[in-house]
Amino acid sequence: MPLLDDLKLDLDDAQRSRRAFLGVVAGGALGSAGLGTGITAVRYLWPEVLFEAETRFRVGRPEEIPPGTLVSLPEQRIYVVHGAEGFFAMTAVCTHLGCLTRYEADQNRIFCPCHGSRFSSTGEVTNGPAPMPLPRLEIALEQGVLVVDAAKIVEPTRVLKV
Amino acid sequence: MPTIATLTRNLERNRVYRSIVRRGLADTNRNRSLAVFGNFFLHIHPVKVNVRAIAFTRTFYLGGLAAATYLILVVTGVFLMFYYHPSVPRAYEDMKDLQFAVYMGPFLRNLHRWGAHAMVALVLLHMVRVFFAGAYRPPREFNWVLGVVLLILTILLSYTGYLLPWDQLAFWGVTVGTNMADAVPGVGKHVKFLLLGGHSVNENALLRFYVLHCVVLPLFLVLALSVHIWRVRKDGGIYLGTPGGDDSDRTKGEP
Repeated sequence: MPLLDDLKLDLDDAQRSRRAFLGVVAGGALGSAGLGTGITAVRYLWPEVLFEAETRFRVGRPEEIPPGTLVSLPEQRIYVVHGAEGFFAMTAVCTHLGCLTRYEADQNRIFCPCHGSRFSSTGEVTNGPAPMPLPRLEIALEQGVLVVDAAKIVEPTRVLKV
Repeated sequence: MPTIATLTRNLERNRVYRSIVRRGLADTNRNRSLAVFGNFFLHIHPVKVNVRAIAFTRTFYLGGLAAATYLILVVTGVFLMFYYHPSVPRAYEDMKDLQFAVYMGPFLRNLHRWGAHAMVALVLLHMVRVFFAGAYRPPREFNWVLGVVLLILTILLSYTGYLLPWDQLAFWGVTVGTNMADAVPGVGKHVKFLLLGGHSVNENALLRFYVLHCVVLPLFLVLALSVHIWRVRKDGGIYLGTPGGDDSDRTKGEP
């Protein structure tokens, strides 16, 4: 690429600075246009509307779940447990890398088929790479029906007494 | 009765032929060189190559083989696209149709799958060869970087293709992979959301992976590969220096 000086143009300093100024203006305009296009492109890929399943759902009447049982709902990816102190819900999604766990009733444990994590029936890690226990989810009684919100994580000691 | 000699002479005089291939058929060294020089498909190699550069044991043709598997993957991939809908649950059904109902479907699907495995292996072996030949050393260090970019593109192509059968392996494989992206501090959550087009692996994710697999990543790979090969040419062809030694060997040439 020839430099300006190589062209041996009859330019004085004033003209040179105008050229430099226009260069900065043009570069700035192109740069900001490119940046704007880039940001807009990424923003375009951000979906506005999602057609995803509702995170709140009705589980059933509490009297249908006897004490000491764990109800597995793989479609909703949750477990509902009627423990000694009351009802609680927890996620069935493994805390390691997000696979769906399953309840093994004969051994009373929760098992993740992806990398072999195991949890107790109350969600504590007993084996494998899972870094933390299965978080508990918000559960409430509405008009005599248990309702779980899978999007709301509550503290691990919370139970619902009915 | 026209002989072959007269046929070729007539071909040489044919205007249409000469408009496509400007060189005649004259079998001289100069004409051979010019034929290679003026041909898009042949000019991947220089007109004259050092005999040591094309020895099989120097490169094991690993880069060329990797590029050839890419070509196979493009062709078989385009064929597979004629029978595949990137939607739920059609994707899985189409994959099963390709396996059991489509004429030559299993052959194309298997060729695509094994080609993909072969390409990853060949790219890695090519990098090992380049590394032990010391061909990453200046002035070729940026071409090594381009090679790493090509490796990443190859792996991303493999990974995005992994979701498309929409079976259990694909679903949980991509669940695990995108949760790994999720683990990146700060931006991870957004990267995962952007990749999946939602919060879980669903039809948005399938469509996004399909577009990345069939259009975006192959285009970037062709671009990076073109620059990669072009730079090898501009740096004087295959590296002929001594491993661990200086670069002067390359310029000596054959006696």
